[in-house]
Amino acid sequence: MARIREKEKREMPALSTSSLPDIIFMLLFFFMAVTSLKEVTFKVRINPPLATEVQKLENKSLIRYIYVGKPLPQYQKVYGTETRIQLSDAFADVSEIAEYIVNERSAMKEEEQNLMTVCIKADRDTHMGIINDIKQALRRAYALKIIYAANPRPTS
Amino acid sequence: MRKRKKRKVGQINASSMADISFLLLIFFLVTTSLNVGSGLARRLPPPLPPDQKPPDIDIKKRNLFVVRINSKNQLMVQGEIIELKDLRRRAKEFIKNENNDPNLPELVTENIEYLGPMTFTKNHVISLQNDVGTTYQAYIDVQNELIAAYNELRDELAMQRFGKHYNELNEKLQEAIQKVYPQKISEAEPKNYGGVKSGTN
Repeated sequence: MARIREKEKREMPALSTSSLPDIIFMLLFFFMAVTSLKEVTFKVRINPPLATEVQKLENKSLIRYIYVGKPLPQYQKVYGTETRIQLSDAFADVSEIAEYIVNERSAMKEEEQNLMTVCIKADRDTHMGIINDIKQALRRAYALKIIYAANPRPTS
Repeated sequence: MRKRKKRKVGQINASSMADISFLLLIFFLVTTSLNVGSGLARRLPPPLPPDQKPPDIDIKKRNLFVVRINSKNQLMVQGEIIELKDLRRRAKEFIKNENNDPNLPELVTENIEYLGPMTFTKNHVISLQNDVGTTYQAYIDVQNELIAAYNELRDELAMQRFGKHYNELNEKLQEAIQKVYPQKISEAEPKNYGGVKSGTN
Protein backbone atom coordinates (compact mmCIF):
# COMPACT_ATOMS: atom_id res chain seq x y z
CA MET A 1 0.00 0.00 0.00
CA ALA A 2 2.68 2.42 1.03
CA ARG A 3 4.53 1.83 -2.19
CA ILE A 4 1.58 2.60 -4.37
CA ARG A 5 0.89 5.81 -2.49
CA GLU A 6 4.42 6.95 -2.96
CA LYS A 7 4.25 6.34 -6.64
CA GLU A 8 1.02 8.28 -7.00
CA LYS A 9 2.35 11.21 -5.12
CA ARG A 10 5.39 11.37 -7.31
CA GLU A 11 3.51 11.24 -10.58
CA MET A 12 0.82 13.78 -9.76
CA PRO A 13 2.93 16.94 -9.71
CA ALA A 14 4.58 15.98 -12.97
CA LEU A 15 1.20 15.85 -14.77
CA SER A 16 0.08 19.32 -13.87
CA THR A 17 -3.36 19.97 -15.23
CA SER A 18 -3.71 23.27 -13.44
CA SER A 19 -3.37 25.25 -16.68
CA LEU A 20 -6.05 23.23 -18.43
CA PRO A 21 -9.00 25.02 -16.77
CA ASP A 22 -7.48 28.33 -17.76
CA ILE A 23 -7.29 27.27 -21.38
CA ILE A 24 -10.83 25.96 -21.30
CA PHE A 25 -12.05 29.12 -19.59
CA MET A 26 -10.39 31.17 -22.30
CA LEU A 27 -12.24 29.13 -24.93
CA LEU A 28 -15.43 29.51 -22.94
CA PHE A 29 -15.08 33.29 -22.74
CA PHE A 30 -14.22 33.43 -26.41
CA PHE A 31 -17.42 31.61 -27.37
CA MET A 32 -19.49 33.64 -24.96
CA ALA A 33 -18.13 36.91 -26.31
CA VAL A 34 -18.45 35.93 -29.97
CA THR A 35 -22.03 34.73 -29.67
CA SER A 36 -23.21 37.76 -27.77
CA LEU A 37 -21.42 40.21 -30.06
CA LYS A 38 -23.28 39.01 -33.12
CA GLU A 39 -26.73 39.88 -31.79
CA VAL A 40 -28.17 43.31 -32.26
CA THR A 41 -29.37 45.25 -29.29
CA PHE A 42 -33.12 45.22 -29.53
CA LYS A 43 -34.78 48.57 -29.27
CA VAL A 44 -38.21 47.12 -29.77
CA ARG A 45 -39.99 44.48 -27.73
CA ILE A 46 -40.41 41.35 -29.80
CA ASN A 47 -42.45 38.42 -28.69
CA PRO A 48 -42.47 36.26 -31.83
CA PRO A 49 -45.65 34.46 -32.83
CA LEU A 50 -45.92 30.71 -32.35
CA ALA A 51 -46.26 28.21 -35.16
CA THR A 52 -45.89 24.48 -35.65
CA GLU A 53 -44.52 24.27 -39.18
CA VAL A 54 -41.37 26.27 -38.56
CA GLN A 55 -38.10 25.62 -40.34
CA LYS A 56 -34.71 26.39 -38.90
CA LEU A 57 -32.96 29.35 -40.42
CA GLU A 58 -30.04 28.20 -42.49
CA ASN A 59 -27.13 30.19 -43.86
CA LYS A 60 -27.09 32.88 -41.27
CA SER A 61 -24.80 35.04 -43.37
CA LEU A 62 -27.47 35.36 -46.06
CA ILE A 63 -30.19 36.55 -43.71
CA ARG A 64 -30.92 40.17 -42.93
CA TYR A 65 -33.38 41.07 -40.23
CA ILE A 66 -36.16 43.58 -39.97
CA TYR A 67 -37.46 43.99 -36.44
CA VAL A 68 -40.98 45.22 -35.84
CA GLY A 69 -42.48 45.96 -32.47
CA LYS A 70 -43.27 48.52 -29.84
CA PRO A 71 -40.25 50.47 -28.52
CA LEU A 72 -38.76 49.35 -25.23
CA PRO A 73 -39.65 51.52 -22.20
CA GLN A 74 -36.38 53.46 -22.25
CA TYR A 75 -37.01 54.61 -25.84
CA GLN A 76 -40.68 55.38 -25.46
CA LYS A 77 -40.09 59.00 -24.46
CA VAL A 78 -38.41 59.74 -27.75
CA TYR A 79 -40.08 57.31 -30.12
CA GLY A 80 -43.52 56.89 -28.58
CA THR A 81 -45.38 53.69 -27.93
CA GLU A 82 -46.57 52.97 -31.46
CA THR A 83 -45.16 50.02 -33.39
CA ARG A 84 -41.84 50.89 -35.01
CA ILE A 85 -39.38 49.27 -37.37
CA GLN A 86 -35.78 48.62 -36.40
CA LEU A 87 -33.10 48.09 -39.04
CA SER A 88 -29.77 46.84 -37.69
CA ASP A 89 -29.24 49.16 -34.72
CA ALA A 90 -31.55 52.10 -35.33
CA PHE A 91 -35.20 52.91 -35.66
CA ALA A 92 -36.24 53.37 -39.26
CA ASP A 93 -39.17 54.25 -41.44
CA VAL A 94 -40.74 52.01 -44.08
CA SER A 95 -39.24 54.22 -46.78
CA GLU A 96 -35.73 53.39 -45.54
CA ILE A 97 -36.13 49.64 -46.05
CA ALA A 98 -35.40 49.77 -49.77
CA GLU A 99 -32.14 51.63 -49.19
CA TYR A 100 -31.15 49.25 -46.41
CA ILE A 101 -31.77 46.23 -48.63
CA VAL A 102 -29.79 47.72 -51.50
CA ASN A 103 -26.87 48.55 -49.21
CA GLU A 104 -26.86 45.14 -47.60
CA ARG A 105 -27.11 43.40 -50.92
CA SER A 106 -24.24 45.31 -52.46
CA ALA A 107 -22.11 44.42 -49.45
CA MET A 108 -22.59 40.72 -50.18
CA LYS A 109 -20.65 38.59 -52.59
CA GLU A 110 -22.05 38.75 -56.08
CA GLU A 111 -22.93 35.10 -56.33
CA GLU A 112 -24.77 35.26 -53.03
CA GLN A 113 -26.83 38.34 -53.76
CA ASN A 114 -29.71 36.39 -55.24
CA LEU A 115 -29.87 34.19 -52.20
CA MET A 116 -30.39 37.00 -49.75
CA THR A 117 -33.26 36.31 -47.41
CA VAL A 118 -35.03 38.86 -45.29
CA CYS A 119 -36.34 37.71 -41.97
CA ILE A 120 -39.25 39.72 -40.63
CA LYS A 121 -39.08 39.46 -36.87
CA ALA A 122 -42.27 41.01 -35.60
CA ASP A 123 -44.12 41.04 -32.34
CA ARG A 124 -47.19 38.84 -32.28
CA ASP A 125 -49.49 41.76 -31.48
CA THR A 126 -48.35 43.84 -34.43
CA HIS A 127 -51.10 44.86 -36.81
CA MET A 128 -50.85 43.63 -40.37
CA GLY A 129 -50.92 47.14 -41.83
CA ILE A 130 -47.25 47.74 -41.10
CA ILE A 131 -46.30 44.21 -42.19
CA ASN A 132 -48.07 44.77 -45.50
CA ASP A 133 -46.14 48.01 -45.97
CA ILE A 134 -42.87 46.20 -45.29
CA LYS A 135 -43.77 43.43 -47.70
CA GLN A 136 -44.55 45.94 -50.43
CA ALA A 137 -41.26 47.74 -49.77
CA LEU A 138 -39.39 44.43 -49.99
CA ARG A 139 -41.13 43.57 -53.23
CA ARG A 140 -40.10 46.85 -54.75
CA ALA A 141 -36.53 46.24 -53.60
CA TYR A 142 -36.62 42.76 -55.18
CA ALA A 143 -36.02 41.07 -51.87
CA LEU A 144 -38.53 38.33 -52.54
CA LYS A 145 -37.30 35.60 -50.25
CA ILE A 146 -38.71 36.29 -46.87
CA ILE A 147 -39.09 34.43 -43.62
CA TYR A 148 -41.61 35.21 -40.94
CA ALA A 149 -39.78 34.59 -37.70
CA ALA A 150 -41.79 32.36 -35.41
CA ASN A 151 -41.05 30.23 -32.41
CA PRO A 152 -41.97 26.57 -32.43
CA ARG A 153 -45.17 25.95 -30.54
CA PRO A 154 -44.83 23.22 -27.94
CA THR A 155 -47.08 20.39 -29.01
CA SER A 156 -49.78 19.82 -26.47
CA MET B 1 4.15 21.43 9.99
CA ARG B 2 5.70 19.73 7.07
CA LYS B 3 3.18 16.96 7.11
CA ARG B 4 0.29 19.40 7.15
CA LYS B 5 1.57 21.38 4.19
CA LYS B 6 2.03 18.26 2.16
CA ARG B 7 -1.51 17.18 2.90
CA LYS B 8 -2.97 20.52 1.85
CA VAL B 9 -1.17 20.53 -1.46
CA GLY B 10 -2.38 17.04 -2.15
CA GLN B 11 -6.00 17.91 -1.46
CA ILE B 12 -6.31 20.93 -3.72
CA ASN B 13 -6.84 18.93 -6.83
CA ALA B 14 -7.40 21.11 -9.84
CA SER B 15 -8.09 18.31 -12.27
CA SER B 16 -11.84 18.45 -11.69
CA MET B 17 -11.78 22.14 -12.52
CA ALA B 18 -11.10 21.25 -16.12
CA ASP B 19 -14.11 18.98 -16.14
CA ILE B 20 -16.31 21.69 -14.70
CA SER B 21 -15.16 24.25 -17.21
CA PHE B 22 -15.53 21.72 -20.01
CA LEU B 23 -19.09 21.20 -18.93
CA LEU B 24 -19.70 24.94 -18.98
CA LEU B 25 -18.08 25.23 -22.38
CA ILE B 26 -20.22 22.46 -23.83
CA PHE B 27 -23.33 23.97 -22.26
CA PHE B 28 -22.67 27.33 -23.88
CA LEU B 29 -21.77 25.76 -27.21
CA VAL B 30 -25.00 23.79 -27.27
CA THR B 31 -27.27 26.60 -26.14
CA THR B 32 -25.82 29.10 -28.58
CA SER B 33 -26.09 26.74 -31.54
CA LEU B 34 -29.68 25.89 -30.60
CA ASN B 35 -30.51 29.56 -30.61
CA VAL B 36 -30.66 29.89 -34.41
CA GLY B 37 -34.09 31.35 -34.98
CA SER B 38 -36.85 29.59 -36.79
CA GLY B 39 -39.60 30.78 -39.03
CA LEU B 40 -41.94 30.26 -41.94
CA ALA B 41 -40.28 30.75 -45.30
CA ARG B 42 -42.33 32.40 -48.03
CA ARG B 43 -41.74 33.96 -51.39
CA LEU B 44 -43.14 37.30 -52.47
CA PRO B 45 -44.36 37.91 -56.01
CA PRO B 46 -42.12 40.17 -58.09
CA PRO B 47 -43.08 43.85 -58.15
CA LEU B 48 -45.32 45.30 -60.80
CA PRO B 49 -44.04 48.07 -63.05
CA PRO B 50 -45.41 51.32 -61.59
CA ASP B 51 -47.54 52.28 -64.56
CA GLN B 52 -49.06 48.87 -65.09
CA LYS B 53 -52.29 47.62 -63.68
CA PRO B 54 -52.25 44.20 -62.08
CA PRO B 55 -52.84 41.71 -64.86
CA ASP B 56 -56.17 39.96 -64.81
CA ILE B 57 -55.20 36.43 -64.12
CA ASP B 58 -58.02 34.25 -65.19
CA ILE B 59 -58.66 31.92 -62.33
CA LYS B 60 -61.79 29.85 -62.44
CA LYS B 61 -63.92 30.26 -59.39
CA ARG B 62 -63.70 26.61 -58.50
CA ASN B 63 -59.91 26.81 -58.42
CA LEU B 64 -59.89 29.59 -55.89
CA PHE B 65 -59.89 29.10 -52.14
CA VAL B 66 -60.41 32.43 -50.47
CA VAL B 67 -59.32 32.87 -46.87
CA ARG B 68 -60.11 36.18 -45.26
CA ILE B 69 -59.10 37.39 -41.82
CA ASN B 70 -60.82 40.45 -40.46
CA SER B 71 -59.61 42.99 -37.94
CA LYS B 72 -61.07 40.94 -35.09
CA ASN B 73 -59.05 37.94 -36.26
CA GLN B 74 -62.13 36.05 -37.38
CA LEU B 75 -61.74 33.67 -40.25
CA MET B 76 -63.87 33.38 -43.35
CA VAL B 77 -63.30 30.63 -45.89
CA GLN B 78 -65.25 30.54 -49.15
CA GLY B 79 -67.87 32.83 -47.61
CA GLU B 80 -68.30 30.79 -44.44
CA ILE B 81 -67.13 31.80 -41.00
CA ILE B 82 -65.07 28.92 -39.61
CA GLU B 83 -62.77 28.18 -36.72
CA LEU B 84 -59.02 28.07 -37.14
CA LYS B 85 -58.89 24.38 -36.21
CA ASP B 86 -61.08 23.51 -39.19
CA LEU B 87 -58.95 25.40 -41.67
CA ARG B 88 -56.38 22.66 -42.18
CA ARG B 89 -59.03 20.05 -42.99
CA ARG B 90 -60.84 22.40 -45.36
CA ALA B 91 -57.61 23.33 -47.12
CA LYS B 92 -56.63 19.69 -47.53
CA GLU B 93 -60.02 18.83 -48.96
CA PHE B 94 -59.68 21.68 -51.38
CA ILE B 95 -56.15 20.89 -52.51
CA LYS B 96 -56.79 17.19 -52.88
CA ASN B 97 -60.32 17.04 -54.32
CA GLU B 98 -60.42 13.29 -54.04
CA ASN B 99 -63.95 12.74 -55.33
CA ASN B 100 -63.69 15.13 -58.27
CA ASP B 101 -66.30 17.44 -56.76
CA PRO B 102 -67.35 20.08 -59.32
CA ASN B 103 -67.11 22.75 -56.63
CA LEU B 104 -63.51 21.91 -55.83
CA PRO B 105 -60.58 22.62 -58.18
CA GLU B 106 -60.34 20.74 -61.43
CA LEU B 107 -58.13 17.71 -61.62
CA VAL B 108 -55.37 17.50 -64.17
CA THR B 109 -53.50 14.34 -65.03
CA GLU B 110 -49.85 14.78 -65.74
CA ASN B 111 -46.82 12.61 -65.99
CA ILE B 112 -44.33 13.36 -63.29
CA GLU B 113 -40.83 12.02 -63.08
CA TYR B 114 -40.34 9.32 -60.43
CA LEU B 115 -44.09 9.25 -59.75
CA GLY B 116 -45.66 8.41 -63.09
CA PRO B 117 -49.06 9.76 -64.12
CA MET B 118 -50.58 11.73 -61.29
CA THR B 119 -54.00 13.33 -61.06
CA PHE B 120 -53.92 16.48 -59.03
CA THR B 121 -55.37 19.97 -58.80
CA LYS B 122 -52.75 21.76 -60.79
CA ASN B 123 -54.39 25.15 -61.04
CA HIS B 124 -55.65 25.67 -57.54
CA VAL B 125 -54.80 28.89 -55.76
CA ILE B 126 -55.25 29.73 -52.12
CA SER B 127 -55.89 33.41 -51.76
CA LEU B 128 -55.13 34.90 -48.39
CA GLN B 129 -56.57 38.30 -47.65
CA ASN B 130 -56.07 40.15 -44.44
CA ASP B 131 -57.25 43.38 -42.94
CA VAL B 132 -54.94 46.18 -41.87
CA GLY B 133 -56.02 45.56 -38.29
CA THR B 134 -55.37 41.80 -38.26
CA THR B 135 -52.82 40.86 -35.65
CA TYR B 136 -49.61 39.23 -36.73
CA GLN B 137 -50.21 36.14 -34.61
CA ALA B 138 -53.55 35.50 -36.34
CA TYR B 139 -51.92 35.92 -39.73
CA ILE B 140 -49.09 33.54 -38.84
CA ASP B 141 -51.64 31.06 -37.45
CA VAL B 142 -53.43 30.99 -40.78
CA GLN B 143 -50.20 30.75 -42.78
CA ASN B 144 -49.12 27.97 -40.47
CA GLU B 145 -52.32 25.98 -40.96
CA LEU B 146 -52.09 26.33 -44.74
CA ILE B 147 -48.45 25.24 -44.78
CA ALA B 148 -49.36 22.40 -42.44
CA ALA B 149 -52.05 21.27 -44.88
CA TYR B 150 -49.49 21.11 -47.68
CA ASN B 151 -46.94 19.38 -45.49
CA GLU B 152 -49.46 16.76 -44.45
CA LEU B 153 -50.49 16.09 -48.03
CA ARG B 154 -46.87 15.79 -49.11
CA ASP B 155 -46.17 13.47 -46.23
CA GLU B 156 -49.18 11.32 -47.06
CA LEU B 157 -48.08 10.98 -50.67
CA ALA B 158 -44.53 10.18 -49.65
CA MET B 159 -45.75 7.51 -47.24
CA GLN B 160 -48.06 6.03 -49.82
CA ARG B 161 -45.53 5.93 -52.63
CA PHE B 162 -42.20 5.44 -50.94
CA GLY B 163 -43.10 4.35 -47.43
CA LYS B 164 -41.03 7.16 -46.00
CA HIS B 165 -41.72 10.54 -44.53
CA TYR B 166 -41.36 13.47 -46.88
CA ASN B 167 -38.41 14.85 -44.93
CA GLU B 168 -36.53 11.57 -45.28
CA LEU B 169 -36.73 11.49 -49.08
CA ASN B 170 -33.90 12.66 -51.26
CA GLU B 171 -34.08 15.99 -53.05
CA LYS B 172 -35.27 14.67 -56.40
CA LEU B 173 -38.20 12.80 -54.92
CA GLN B 174 -39.06 15.81 -52.78
CA GLU B 175 -39.13 17.95 -55.89
CA ALA B 176 -41.41 15.46 -57.62
CA ILE B 177 -43.81 15.60 -54.72
CA GLN B 178 -43.61 19.36 -54.68
CA LYS B 179 -44.81 19.30 -58.27
CA VAL B 180 -47.92 17.44 -57.20
CA TYR B 181 -48.53 19.70 -54.22
CA PRO B 182 -46.96 23.05 -55.00
CA GLN B 183 -47.51 25.67 -52.33
CA LYS B 184 -49.76 28.18 -53.99
CA ILE B 185 -50.64 30.69 -51.36
CA SER B 186 -51.21 34.06 -52.91
CA GLU B 187 -51.60 37.24 -51.00
CA ALA B 188 -53.76 39.97 -52.41
CA GLU B 189 -52.33 43.39 -53.04
CA PRO B 190 -53.16 45.13 -49.80
CA LYS B 191 -54.50 48.27 -51.42
CA ASN B 192 -56.42 46.44 -54.07
CA TYR B 193 -58.56 43.69 -52.71
CA GLY B 194 -59.66 42.53 -56.15
CA GLY B 195 -56.26 41.71 -57.58
CA VAL B 196 -54.85 38.28 -56.89
CA LYS B 197 -51.14 37.80 -57.11
CA SER B 198 -49.67 34.40 -57.14
CA GLY B 199 -46.92 33.96 -54.63
CA THR B 200 -45.92 30.44 -55.25
CA ASN B 201 -43.32 28.59 -53.35
